[in-house]
Amino acid sequence: MSFNIALVPRREISLVRQMLTPFLALVVALLIGGLIVWLMGRSPVKAFDVFLREPLTDPWALQEVLLKSTPLMLISIGLIFCFRANRWNIGAEGQFLLGGILGGGVAIATHGMAGPWILPLMMLAGALGGMLYAAIPAVLRNRFGISEILTSLMLVYVAELLLDYLVRGPWRDPKGFNFPQSVPFSDAAQLQPLFEGGRLHAGFVLALLAVLVAILVFRRSLFGFAVKASGEAPRAANFAGFNEMRITLVVFLISGALAGLAGMIEVSGQVGQLRPGFGQGLGFTAIIVAFLGRLSPVGAMLSSFVIAVLLIGAESAQVSLKLPFDLTRFFMGMLLITVLAGESLNRYRLEFRREAA
Amino acid sequence: MEMLPFILATVFTAATPLLIAALGEHVTERAGVLNLGVEGMMIVGAATGFAAAVLTDSSVFGIFAGALAGMALSAVFALMVLVFATNQVATGLALTIMGLGLAGLIGQGFVGQPRAALPPVQIPLLSEIPVLGKALFTGDFVFFLSLALIGLVAWGLNRTRFGLLLRAVGENHGSAHALGLPVKRIRLVAILFGGLLAGLAGAYLSLIYTRFWSPGMSAGRGWIALALVVFAGGHVWRLVLGAYLFGGITVAQLHAQAGAIGLPSQFLSALPYLMTIAALLFLSISGRKGAGAAGSLGQPFVPER
Repeated sequence: MSFNIALVPRREISLVRQMLTPFLALVVALLIGGLIVWLMGRSPVKAFDVFLREPLTDPWALQEVLLKSTPLMLISIGLIFCFRANRWNIGAEGQFLLGGILGGGVAIATHGMAGPWILPLMMLAGALGGMLYAAIPAVLRNRFGISEILTSLMLVYVAELLLDYLVRGPWRDPKGFNFPQSVPFSDAAQLQPLFEGGRLHAGFVLALLAVLVAILVFRRSLFGFAVKASGEAPRAANFAGFNEMRITLVVFLISGALAGLAGMIEVSGQVGQLRPGFGQGLGFTAIIVAFLGRLSPVGAMLSSFVIAVLLIGAESAQVSLKLPFDLTRFFMGMLLITVLAGESLNRYRLEFRREAA
Repeated sequence: MEMLPFILATVFTAATPLLIAALGEHVTERAGVLNLGVEGMMIVGAATGFAAAVLTDSSVFGIFAGALAGMALSAVFALMVLVFATNQVATGLALTIMGLGLAGLIGQGFVGQPRAALPPVQIPLLSEIPVLGKALFTGDFVFFLSLALIGLVAWGLNRTRFGLLLRAVGENHGSAHALGLPVKRIRLVAILFGGLLAGLAGAYLSLIYTRFWSPGMSAGRGWIALALVVFAGGHVWRLVLGAYLFGGITVAQLHAQAGAIGLPSQFLSALPYLMTIAALLFLSISGRKGAGAAGSLGQPFVPER
């Protein structure tokens, strides 16, 4: 037997097809997910109801969706810069944790104090933490030619252990009954709700701002052009005078800063203290968000909402349907695969050939 | 001196899963394919292997089932990168994310169940040699299988016709295709072999190394195996050296934690990951930057007609 499926490049790719692909990929992934739920002996209809309808119809859940989309949006916007430039920062989870650690560190150091300067200082520390952490793989790649894929990923494990050390050791709440967690942050160190009785905080507005800035950078700035050129035609970008190493460093700094800011927002707005596991794998999920959004800022924003709906649905499905979170994790990986296949079918046409081996 | 054989044996046990997974990925990468899904295939192998061992009450069967599960997952990867020519980095990452979830689903009902150790294999006469004999010639059968795999991979890649074709495909898939080599078919074999070994490595973890299943138990070993392949730079002996070095670090780190030498345990746990980065740095400083990777590594292959 031989492979008789060939890829034939499409001459032109219609805009409709480009817009439709992520939706189709999502539908295919959902159908496969439904099949798995059915194989597990549960009702796929009920599962779809909990995963897709409930988060969108219940006003309380809707707010949770926006809260969940906030870190996803910030991180994935940063990752778009890396992936567009064909640089592989897969350690956003670690940069997210470092942002939370440094931002949270400021909150712990200023514990009991009040003042409008605390939150901006925390944001600065968070962004700086993520940025410096992301600089490590970038510098190792530029100076020593080491693959950024492995180093950025290894640093995720190191960040998790650092957080674990801090909340069990020097930063442990002395009044926390020996639980591995820091002191609860003072009010001045917590992002306050935007409106009375709600939970949505200013972090969401910052995320939307990041989307806006990214749109402008990619559409209007020379840097945005350089990033795209460096990813699509690295040799041509070199001839055009774009410094390859500087692009590597800058895209890593941008994505690190945004992931770090997201981490600070998560601990300040959602968790209210430092404790292990606040990362929740959001740094990895954001990679899927970036691809589902076809590496465009608007796409990343929209897919942040979609993935947030699914994550909130997953949380309630754990309770109401006893569906394990691993099902969602599996689904996310599968979604990335269908999205990538969809992208490929965008560019190529499958041709089935009958030919002798 | 009485401790030495025991310590050596634990080093071998810690190194064997890394070695097996890295050997598989080495073959895949020689064929020009970068499969970042090692961690995912490994943990699915660990969960499936453990579940199958409990259900059939046979650890040996479990080990084979784990290997096959790893291979099944690699078949998904092969379909994506060979037929759809998707980006290999992103596809491999998807495989890892998917694998972590799938393993959790498979292992759900088996958390915390212990398994008995496999009966050790003793090589007659040689295992009687004082000190080293006991460490080198007594062990589980997968340990001996891993030694055979070192030979098989080294010989297969460097001394057989298929190995030559596989390396040719990896070095330059365009030229290989022009010469009439079945690029995709050879890569399919290489990817499936990598998956088989990653699954085997995972089953080794859950059935021989720890002898229980817990979610996330591969703990980055698949990624360390990927780093070992970079470290090896195309030489199987360097891959073996690297794997045993890492086994040694793992064991030393565990002993240091037990011995309470005053360093926080998290720092010691972070050592394998930091050492991975240090090893890659060392490799670069010693002037072998980028050497040894297959020429077409990671590039999608879409032949022109």
